[in-house]
Formats: sequence, structure tokens, C-alpha cells
Amino acid sequence: MAKRSAPEVNAGSMADIAFLLLIFFLVTTTIETDSGITRKLPPIDDSEEEPPILKERNIFIVLVNSSGDLFVEDEKMEFRDLRQAAIDFLDNGGGTGDEACDYCQGAKDPKSSDNPVKAVISLQNDRKTQYGRYIAVQNELVAAYNELRDREANRLYNMDFTEMEATFNDPEFLGDKDKLKERISVIKEMYPQKLSEAEPKK
Amino acid sequence: MSKFKKKDDGGTPAISTASLPDIVFMLLFFFMVVTVMRDTSLKVQNILPFADQVEKLDKKNLIMYIYAGKPSPRYQETFGTEARIQLNDKYASVNDVQQFIKEERLSKREELQDKLTTALKVDKETNMGLVSDIKQELRKAEALKINYTTKEGAAELNLE
Repeated sequence: MAKRSAPEVNAGSMADIAFLLLIFFLVTTTIETDSGITRKLPPIDDSEEEPPILKERNIFIVLVNSSGDLFVEDEKMEFRDLRQAAIDFLDNGGGTGDEACDYCQGAKDPKSSDNPVKAVISLQNDRKTQYGRYIAVQNELVAAYNELRDREANRLYNMDFTEMEATFNDPEFLGDKDKLKERISVIKEMYPQKLSEAEPKK
Repeated sequence: MSKFKKKDDGGTPAISTASLPDIVFMLLFFFMVVTVMRDTSLKVQNILPFADQVEKLDKKNLIMYIYAGKPSPRYQETFGTEARIQLNDKYASVNDVQQFIKEERLSKREELQDKLTTALKVDKETNMGLVSDIKQELRKAEALKINYTTKEGAAELNLE
């Protein structure tokens, strides 16, 4: 019998196959980043000390009850009016003397907040409130703060506050980080986010 | 006729592409190994609410995930439809949250331990009672930085 050598398999197309696989994995791999509303919880306070008493007019009570209705300062409110109501409250600037606010553009109503630095929004909910509704309300309140901060940042530095924060967190940003940080903290001091999430009522 | 026939040197010899598959396979394996698939399988229904005032959560290794919601349909027979917490791959009760946070902290490098954020991935139909209980436990565990993970979209979409 004649000895026959096995024919060599052509491996030329192997590279193509492997490339195909590689491209498939490259395309289907999505590195998804989550996003959401970042908040800070208050630490548990064990001390017996009485918390400082806030003036009634400096507190803005937002309540979402178990059926999802929205009550602002004990009055029912439509969801779409909430953002403007919160802005009006924060930006009121009704204080005089030491408590005056020279950058506020609000109505200066003596019954509403003295100064954005003192104004506190208290968000209350029932144990049966739906999470989705709570987040919607929370979102509107954060939006109110962001809108005011954007306004001041535009006035002082010609830049949106949200944009400033985004640039600051961008690792590829090569500009002056310290200056940006200072500017961010100036704006944050003008409108500090005092949003208290009370424990729910039974 | 010469005995030594001169080889004809016509053109450059073809470059061998035999090692090309090896190189490409190496790349392929690299990507396959580096690609991290979702490491927890969800046992709860998890339709996140919408929000548009969001911040991105970079640095994935610094995030602890807490899921909550109704058990998924195939677990509902055994676990009912009451909303539950899921930590890692298991259902958990509120009391387990503190222990979970402690374990997660210990698994990270020391200098990163206080930079951890807790991402709350809660189904939008969950009652706030459960969420508040989780929040209370997080306060006790001193994990104060939290993030309500949401989908991007107008907040009005939550009201439907």
C-alpha cells in the first residue's frame, strides 16, 4: 500500500473565526453604570441634647400619605406644582438684618423662610406609601435645589452647577480642580441641601 | 548544465499568518475573563422608579447593593407576595442588613472602607415601611452614604 500523508488543514480562516468571536464579545459587553439620587442619612443621635428649635416658617413640610396624595404644609397639592412651591419657599429670603439674603429673588414673604441657609424641607411619608411616589417627590425636591444652584452658578460663574459637579467628578478633567471645588462649595453654602427624611408615621 | 541550480528569487516570501489565530485567541480569552457578568441573580421583582436629578455611580467596587421588592413569580408560591430584601443571592430579613454591611466592609481594603456607598435597588411598588426599616438599619451600621438607584426618565412616570 502506498503511504499517503494526511493533507494539511488550512488554518488560514481560523483568524477570521476568532476575530468574529472577539468582535461579538466586544460588542455585547456593556459596562453599565447605575445612576440614582445620592443622599446622606443622618447619623443616629444618642445624646440627650435637645435639637435646636427651628422657626415654623423655616420648615417646609411635604407629606406623601398612604394613597400617594401629596400634602404641602397641610394643604393638598398637585405633583407638578411641587417643584415651584419648593423653589418659592427656599428662595423666599424674608429675613431682615443678620438673616437677610441678598441673592434671593423670592417674594420676601414674612410668613415663609428667612434665608435658604436656614430653610429646611421635611419630607414625611407613611409606611404604606409606594416607593415610586416617594422617589418622584424626592426627585422634585432635589430638582428645586438644583435649579436654584444652577441659577446662582450661572450668575456668578457662567456655568451650570450640575455641569460643574460633573466636570469635577470627571477623572479626565485637566483644569483647575481646586478653583472648581471652591466654586462648588460657595454655591453649596448659598443653597445647602437641608432635606430631612423623617421616620415614617405608623 | 550546472549541478547547483540557482533558486529563483521571485518576490518576497509570504508572511506566515499561522500565529495570528493564537494572538486573536489570546485577546478573546482576555476579554472573556475580564468581562464580569452580573454576579447576583435577582430573586425579587425589580422595576426601578424613574428620576432625572441623578448622579452616576462610578467605582463599582465601592458599592454595596441591597435589593428589595416582591419575590419573582417563580418564588411566589413558597415565599408569598410580601416585599422582601435580597442580599447577595439570598432572601434576608431586616436584621441581616447590619451583618451584611459589616461583611462587605471587611472584604474591602482598609482605606476604602469608609468610602462605600449603599445602592438601594428597590422595586417601585414596595411600601416605604420596608425602605425605612432598611434605612434605619443602615444608620445603625453607620453606612450613611446611600443612593436610590433609579432609571433615567421624568419623575411623572412614577405616578402612573
